[in-house]
Amino acid sequence: MPLLEAKNVTHYFGGLCAVSDFNLTLEPGELVGVIGPNGAGKTTIFNLITGVYKASQGSIIFNDKELVGKKSNQIIEMGIARTFQNIRLWQDLSVLDNIRIAYFSQTNYGSLEALLHIGRYKAEERRITDQSMDLLKVFNLDGLADENAKNLPYGSQRRLEIARALATNPHLLLLDEPAAGMNPNEINELMDFIRWIRSEFKLTILLIEHQMRLVMGISERLKVLDFGATIAEGLPAEIQNNPKVLEAYLGVGGEE
Amino acid sequence: MTYFLQQVLNAAQLGSIYALIALGYTMVYGILTMINFAHGDLFMVGAFFCFLAATFLKLPFVPTLLVSMVGVALLGVLIERVAYKPLRTAPRVSAIITALGVGLFLENFTLVFSPYPQSVPTLIKNVTWTFGGLSISSLQIIIIVISILMMIMLDFIVQRTKVGMAMRAISWDKASVPLMGVPVNLIISATFALGTGLGASAGVMYALAFPVIDPYMGILIGWKAFIAAVVGGIGNIRGAMIGAFILAILEIMVAAYISSTYRDFIAFALLLLLLIFRPYGILGKPRAQKV
Amino acid sequence: MKSIKEPSQSGPSKPANETLSRLRIIWEKIASNRKALPITIIVGFVLSILIQQFDLVDQYLQIIIMFVGINIILSVSLNLINGYMGEFSVGHAGFMAVGAYVSATLTMYVIPTWLGPWTFPLVVLAGGAFAGLISLLVAIPSFRTRGDYLAIVTLAFLMIVKSVIENIEVIGGPRGIPGIDKLTTLPWVYFWTVASVLIIRNFVYSKFGRGVLSIREDEIASNLMSVNTKQVKLQAFIISSFFAGVAGALFAHLLQFISPKVFDIIKSTDVLIMVYLGGIGSIAGSILGATIYTVLLEVLRPLGIWRMVLMPLVLVLLMIFRPRGIMGMREFRWFVPYYNLFATKIWRHKKEVEDASSGS
Repeated sequence: MPLLEAKNVTHYFGGLCAVSDFNLTLEPGELVGVIGPNGAGKTTIFNLITGVYKASQGSIIFNDKELVGKKSNQIIEMGIARTFQNIRLWQDLSVLDNIRIAYFSQTNYGSLEALLHIGRYKAEERRITDQSMDLLKVFNLDGLADENAKNLPYGSQRRLEIARALATNPHLLLLDEPAAGMNPNEINELMDFIRWIRSEFKLTILLIEHQMRLVMGISERLKVLDFGATIAEGLPAEIQNNPKVLEAYLGVGGEE
Repeated sequence: MTYFLQQVLNAAQLGSIYALIALGYTMVYGILTMINFAHGDLFMVGAFFCFLAATFLKLPFVPTLLVSMVGVALLGVLIERVAYKPLRTAPRVSAIITALGVGLFLENFTLVFSPYPQSVPTLIKNVTWTFGGLSISSLQIIIIVISILMMIMLDFIVQRTKVGMAMRAISWDKASVPLMGVPVNLIISATFALGTGLGASAGVMYALAFPVIDPYMGILIGWKAFIAAVVGGIGNIRGAMIGAFILAILEIMVAAYISSTYRDFIAFALLLLLLIFRPYGILGKPRAQKV
Repeated sequence: MKSIKEPSQSGPSKPANETLSRLRIIWEKIASNRKALPITIIVGFVLSILIQQFDLVDQYLQIIIMFVGINIILSVSLNLINGYMGEFSVGHAGFMAVGAYVSATLTMYVIPTWLGPWTFPLVVLAGGAFAGLISLLVAIPSFRTRGDYLAIVTLAFLMIVKSVIENIEVIGGPRGIPGIDKLTTLPWVYFWTVASVLIIRNFVYSKFGRGVLSIREDEIASNLMSVNTKQVKLQAFIISSFFAGVAGALFAHLLQFISPKVFDIIKSTDVLIMVYLGGIGSIAGSILGATIYTVLLEVLRPLGIWRMVLMPLVLVLLMIFRPRGIMGMREFRWFVPYYNLFATKIWRHKKEVEDASSGS
């Protein structure tokens, strides 16, 4: 049974069609890449899956449940997490708090216990803090736990973003341009890193990326978008030589 | 029917005054993304300048209007330079609190010199014409006409002059404009001068219509005009005018046909409803948040 | 010849520096002693009873202290919405009004006078509860609007509350309710002040409080990181307005007279000033802001009308030089739960112990 199934998803912003007839089937454990020129609708698809927008048409089924129409925090609780193109960390909060907040739905105490610091409050706070610090250690960020997120160097912020997404305990991870601003060495590390978290955290990964080396290097298969429509899909080797894809990126006659 | 038309006329007069104030709010917000809560009190200062000019300088109407507008415009520019400019990079709420502080200062400073309400001398002879049951006063006509002239002048400046173009550019993208060689601080001062000058003219109009003025008169009207600007879509000049007239019509009609004690309450409740259904105002566009 | 490296201190400044560093050492000792906090609270409570019973302090001063307490409750509760959540609510006076009127109505028209002092805590609770309930009128629109638009919603709410009260003749309409029994005492104010600070502090350092902070920083990201922002916002509004109602009830039974005019935009502005003066996102800041504002207004009373000219000027100057307020989002150690202060250290120590026992 597929983990995620998007069927005929179409979305309009006013009169503009941002995504048209998008279809995707993800089996558990897959690593699929989504590429296409800027403005092709890739991030919009992430937004549609995670409930930021409600798809104008079509359905998105995750673990047999319909996602379209659900609220974002419900969808996240169901087991989907994402990172953002432009890092959206909570800048004036500490690194530790950035992770602890992502554990919100997994922190099990109610309002009364919170207001009086009674009942399960103490135990859950300790448990969540320990889990957060352990997670930070995996990403080598535990030393910076008390720093404000905005003070971290760019690379560390990117790692923190991914760590935060993983804190929500997802089955499906949506990575939005994780290699933005990285040099070739860092990209190599990132490739190993993504492969590693996939096996370590038992993830299915959907990846948006412009850095071709990364996306061709680790994707098992690709979908190519242009102006909201899917223009090609298949194995990386097939896509690399596909004339339609070359045209989309380089313009007509670009394959010369 | 004549009763209804009478109310329409009243609403037009009130709406004109609201519009002139709302325009000041919206212009400053459009260019600085800041709510100048002292604006209502600058309206009050405009009324008081009018009082001073008419009573002590014995100036006739037009010079009084000019003195008031220029005086408040200068004051507005001074306030911007001294109190708001240092806070352009601070968190927005600090700027808002500063504005509230400036407003409080203006109110109480005026109170020191004018502990009792003042009476503004009559500057325009008021002639009333009656058509059937409908009475139109020359004062109403003058207020409406002058307000419309002001709005036309503002529209002209904003749409057809270089200064106006710079203002619109800054409101769209503050960062890139100085890179184009535009003296941003100068334009901001010009915006304040225009906005507060209009607010002052509203003060003069108000003083003409309701000749008893006091230092706290700007508070409620300021908040109402602010709401009108938001309802029309804050930052949008045409929206401010529309919002102002909608508020005035609601107020007057509720007072005339339902109850005058509930007038503010119902007007605000209706505006609230409008915002719930159109959260960015009538002509407002959401500042595009890319996710 | 004096060498350049010689310290330029000489004469009177040297002993002053010594006293300063000695004071600093004493302060460090007190601030780092966690046990001092519960002791201070208990001592304060006993003091408040003694002062009230035996008039150890001038009556006038007692009233000032009670107003400081009420203002602390107001500013700490508003800080939750305006500081921690980053919203801009100007409706706090409206919630205060609800608490004041509900409690005054109960005391004056429902409860027999002799029963007054005994039922007072329940009356105050009722005022708070009603205010908390009414806050739904503001909380629900807040789900769809943000920032400046919430300012409008809360302003409209304030106007509506005022209008509604003015039109209910049974509770005095525009003339208000005079002659309310003076049931507010120093111990009660102390109790409610401590309660509000404690509960709000607890809320802030819980998962909901962290959720509130994340909403301030980036609400969309919060939703996408499993935070139920609706639930969090609702709780924050209810708690904030509950305590505003409590403050209103205490206020009504201290001033002994309330009217719609008392709870207008100026009152809301007062609370706003206290919050931003002391520092947004800081409980110590709110306490500081409320205390300084109340005391300063009293101290400057001899200046007469110039008092209200000077005060906003000082405020503007403060905003220019310290836009985040006196405490500027920093918190005083005593208000941070012990575990939060040392969470990372505790974890690291645990890791060292684990590594030591398993490694070697």
